[in-house]
Amino acid sequence: MIELNAVSVEKSGAPILNDISLSFGQGGITALIGPNGAGKSTLLHAIAGLVAPTCGTVRVEGLDMARARPPERARHVALLAQDERVTARLTVRDLVGFGRWSHHHGRPRDADRRMVRDALDIFDLNPLAERRLDALSGGQRQRAFVAMAWAQETPWLLLDEPLSALDPRHARDIMDRLHALTRPGPAQRSVVIVLHDLGVAARYADRIVALKDGRLVTSGPRVLAMTGGMLSDLFGTGLALERIKGRDVVVPV
Amino acid sequence: MAERRLILLAAVLVAMAALFTLWNLRAPYGFILSLRLTKLASLCVVGAAIGTATVLFQTVAANRLLTPGIVGFDALFVFIQTMLVLSLGGAGFAALPALAQFGAETAILIVAALVLFGVLLRKGGDDILRLVLTGVILGVLLRGLAGLAQRLLDPSEFAIVQQATFATFGAVDRTQLAIAAALLALGLLAAMRLARHLDLAALGRVTAMPLGLDHDRIILVALGIVAMLVAVSTALVGPITFLGLLAASLAHAVLQSWRHALLLPGAAIIGATILVSGQFVFERLLGLQSTLTVIVEFLGGLLFLFLVLRRPRP
Repeated sequence: MIELNAVSVEKSGAPILNDISLSFGQGGITALIGPNGAGKSTLLHAIAGLVAPTCGTVRVEGLDMARARPPERARHVALLAQDERVTARLTVRDLVGFGRWSHHHGRPRDADRRMVRDALDIFDLNPLAERRLDALSGGQRQRAFVAMAWAQETPWLLLDEPLSALDPRHARDIMDRLHALTRPGPAQRSVVIVLHDLGVAARYADRIVALKDGRLVTSGPRVLAMTGGMLSDLFGTGLALERIKGRDVVVPV
Repeated sequence: MAERRLILLAAVLVAMAALFTLWNLRAPYGFILSLRLTKLASLCVVGAAIGTATVLFQTVAANRLLTPGIVGFDALFVFIQTMLVLSLGGAGFAALPALAQFGAETAILIVAALVLFGVLLRKGGDDILRLVLTGVILGVLLRGLAGLAQRLLDPSEFAIVQQATFATFGAVDRTQLAIAAALLALGLLAAMRLARHLDLAALGRVTAMPLGLDHDRIILVALGIVAMLVAVSTALVGPITFLGLLAASLAHAVLQSWRHALLLPGAAIIGATILVSGQFVFERLLGLQSTLTVIVEFLGGLLFLFLVLRRPRP
């Protein structure tokens, strides 16, 4: 379970998150939505323990993330940040192997190598395993990073706008894979993802957390919380939910 | 594969060291051998220290173009030397016991380097352009201040500053060399113990921290080692701005590896090999003196330009 209790975050004296209290259990995809500057990325980083709250506490499976040591945090949540700028000359296998670092601290064992093989299998990366990252397309690269985060073997995967640089085909591919990961099975993970594309949120999210100006607007199951009125208020523009071919689609009105 | 290349690099260094020591050796053997071995040791210590420090610094800064010299460390050294001569006077500076001078310079440079690198990376770590510009401008400022102070010196004091700020391997004190070698060994050992953490740190803060690295602590320790290594080698022979860039770039190119357990010794060996083979060619084959650092700076500068121009636009 992720529990935020009266969490506020300030940067250089300016409030970024304001008194956020929120909790949700494992399972499914939780989408963080809201306009630019709402504090979505900061919330994700606070959950991962990389941003210390000015006040309040963040607990993941009971662990106080602000006080935990980095390897301990990394065994509870895997975070894929927005601007991954890895310049080292790594192959895909090397990168995925780094996902195991909090388990082996640079000395991989058989269990770690097995986990890397599983990650390459699950994300269909075997044909690319020995390719260097700088030789991959944007979609392949993002898939490799998600595989690295999965290999961390944490109950939670936190992803900060992983679709921002992807075309619709690759974005859909990533979301289909994440959706598959949340289904029951040995590879199951709970996903918390920052999304700007409301259509993707409407299609894939099980749960919605909406933020505006650093405050929590609403949170709950997507079918209840995500309404045209809520989205219109959240983004300050007319939006409606239409049902097309059996799926919810967000349209401007 | 990379391990074999490292062994090959070590073999090349040993061969060059043997050539440097034994080529055209004449009587009195003991005396000449002793001179040559001292010079060989100083070349190896300085080359290894600068090579190792540059790989560490580039990992910390997450940038393959930067070296401590490029972000203003050499200018800092010139400034400190000038201020020492200005405040102590030429006679006072020259009369300082060599060991005390070396110790004090090393200590001042370590503290100054920690402040310089700490400020640069803390304030501009996420923005490489800002970091480089700040370093270059700080360098210009320090050189300007040193230039101003040098105008206040009399010609003999000015000559002392010139001698102290131009890298030379000709007159290295053996006690200083022994201390520098011990500190280098300490630095190399500490860097090698950090190697597995540095592999992860090289992915950058934003990627490495969520993977479980205590990033800020590792960076602090690495910067401490960099400060010690560059301070020791600079206090021993003077600044060589582009040697580190040559050694680190060649280490990456030859070893084709991201593993610091290979890159660190690789850069150390290449740094030493550049200096030993360069000195051999100039001193033994061409019969020239004091031109090695000029050539190293020239080639390193060309490499720097090449790397800057080759970088893809973001």
